[in-house]
Amino acid sequence: MSDQPFALPGYPSRTGYPSRIRAFRTPSMVLRQVKPASDARADPTPMRWAIIGIAIAFLTIFVVVPLLNVFAQALSKGLDAYVAAIEHPDALAAIELTLIVAAISVGLNLVFGIVAAWAITKYDFAGKSLLITVVDLPFSVSPVIAGLVFVLLFGAQGYLGPWLQAHDIKIIFALPGIVLATVFVTFPFVARELIPLMREQGTQDEEAALSLGASGLRTFFKVTLPNVKWALLYGVLLCNARAMGEFGAVSVVSGHVRGETNTMPLHVEILYNEYQFMAAFAVASLLALLAMVTLVAKVMLEGRVAKE
Amino acid sequence: MKIALHEVTKRFGAFAALDNVDLDIHSGELLALLGPSGSGKTTLLRIIAGLDWPDQGEVRFDGEDALSRSVGERNVGFVFQNYALFRHMTVFENVAFGLRARPRRLRPSEAEIRARVKQLLELVQLGPLGKRLPAQLSGGQRQRIALARALAIEPRILLLDEPFGALDAKVRKELRRWLRQLHEEIHVTSVFVTHDQEEALELADRVVVLAKGRVQQIGTPAEVYEQPQSAFVHHFIGESLSVPVTIAAGGVHFAGRKLDLDPHGLSDGGASLFIRPYEVTVVPESGSDLLNGIVKRVHGFGPARRLEIALREGEREHFIEVSAPRQEAIGIGQHVGLRPRAYRLFASTADQAQGG
Repeated sequence: MSDQPFALPGYPSRTGYPSRIRAFRTPSMVLRQVKPASDARADPTPMRWAIIGIAIAFLTIFVVVPLLNVFAQALSKGLDAYVAAIEHPDALAAIELTLIVAAISVGLNLVFGIVAAWAITKYDFAGKSLLITVVDLPFSVSPVIAGLVFVLLFGAQGYLGPWLQAHDIKIIFALPGIVLATVFVTFPFVARELIPLMREQGTQDEEAALSLGASGLRTFFKVTLPNVKWALLYGVLLCNARAMGEFGAVSVVSGHVRGETNTMPLHVEILYNEYQFMAAFAVASLLALLAMVTLVAKVMLEGRVAKE
Repeated sequence: MKIALHEVTKRFGAFAALDNVDLDIHSGELLALLGPSGSGKTTLLRIIAGLDWPDQGEVRFDGEDALSRSVGERNVGFVFQNYALFRHMTVFENVAFGLRARPRRLRPSEAEIRARVKQLLELVQLGPLGKRLPAQLSGGQRQRIALARALAIEPRILLLDEPFGALDAKVRKELRRWLRQLHEEIHVTSVFVTHDQEEALELADRVVVLAKGRVQQIGTPAEVYEQPQSAFVHHFIGESLSVPVTIAAGGVHFAGRKLDLDPHGLSDGGASLFIRPYEVTVVPESGSDLLNGIVKRVHGFGPARRLEIALREGEREHFIEVSAPRQEAIGIGQHVGLRPRAYRLFASTADQAQGG
């Protein structure tokens, strides 16, 4: 037997992992390949089945069935009722708000993510390690706190509240507050994808471009950005999924004004609390759909990122 | 183009990467910056390029102040150690990058760019590979593309950082010869950094030996090899063996005995005697005015036979390796005398005690 017992002829090694590890990612393939049960290095077949079975059962019960249930519930009163629930003005307003919030927050995080990653990986400065830690902060802070922070800053009783009221600027219980909370929660996604890659790539490509006479902007758009484009897209994708799905932080700052400051997740909750289960699941199914699209795109992108 | 560096100093924290470096680079020459790692050679190259700035000193290109210009304005071709080819661009686009980056009024037309890139790819003998991506090339091919890319901007000076460092031995030798030919063809002032003395001696018109941020010696390969001006250079370039000696009363003493050597005008005190292993005569018996030792090992055979000899100085033993005489049958344990045919003496300094 060769030292790569599960090597699949013609199966390209994308990750560079030994094929034994790679094969484990597709359980059915492992089982088909391991016919010689006499191999002492392999676990006994029943043990294999048990382990794979437990993993699949767990995922089915806790992930697949609930997700399918969302669609089942959403369509429980037929397609017409489903469409009607989504076409309800409040639902449409929630969808619109969600799209606007996601577009603004993803845009902001795209820019600031690149700036932060650039600063961290291409320059040396005092407080750099602090900045790296701060980038990760939103991951370790509960979203509710993230929302509360902005209420304390900009709310009517907050530090800047009186001034904002005097100038008739609405942040809390309005779009700016929702965007702020979403940006806070989703900040790490872009920066965290870029930092390791840009650190690994170093600054030589940029130096080469500059030495060839390219301007800073040209260097950025022709060299730096193409070098990280797949990782950047991957970060944007995750950032977008979280921005659309964020509940906790947005819930605190939104004020739940129906048709005005309700995003999709908030709208789902309101409908559910009002016992409109079918309508709640109908809107939820859109979020679930988004999740699945994200997942497919993520799998496709991961291969590209690995290549980089 | 002529380049002049004057009292260039660069510190990284407390560490002086370059310490008062003076250097004149002649127009059209191929100059090697040779030194061990940490000697400051790459920092010096980056300062010439404009990728690093000195803390003090002047850099002049044909008399003009270069420090007031950015890397892009200096018009230098820089070849990075790992080539830094743009991985998402084809070979053609890599080479064309510098031409396309020019401001509109100086930018050649698309047809001119195509012709120029084609010409450069032929110059580096990679004409048919224009459509490939860098990842699809071998190390030697990437190196030549990096060179073509640097040459595309018609640089006033070509700077190469360890140009052969990432290549295997065979490719390295071929490419070295090829680069020498190329330099003779295009004659652009070129500076390359290397830690490999063989590379520097074979390729360069002149060699700058650097150590600890200071210039140790500047000269032609023959000069630095045959007339090393310091113990460091003697040790670093070519094979050397060194013996600690004492200069006293107009004579050279080892282990309390006066040797048949002239002190070359060195004043009294500790010194190092440097000899090339092939410039010493081995006689099969001790002598009162010779370096005396005992053969500890015999390596190899035929003309390549070498002896490892222990020289005794009181309690201490110094091991040196010399070429064995052809005729004499010399075995392990035999007492021998060594008479240098050519040698150099350097007064001991603190520097040398550290650096060996």
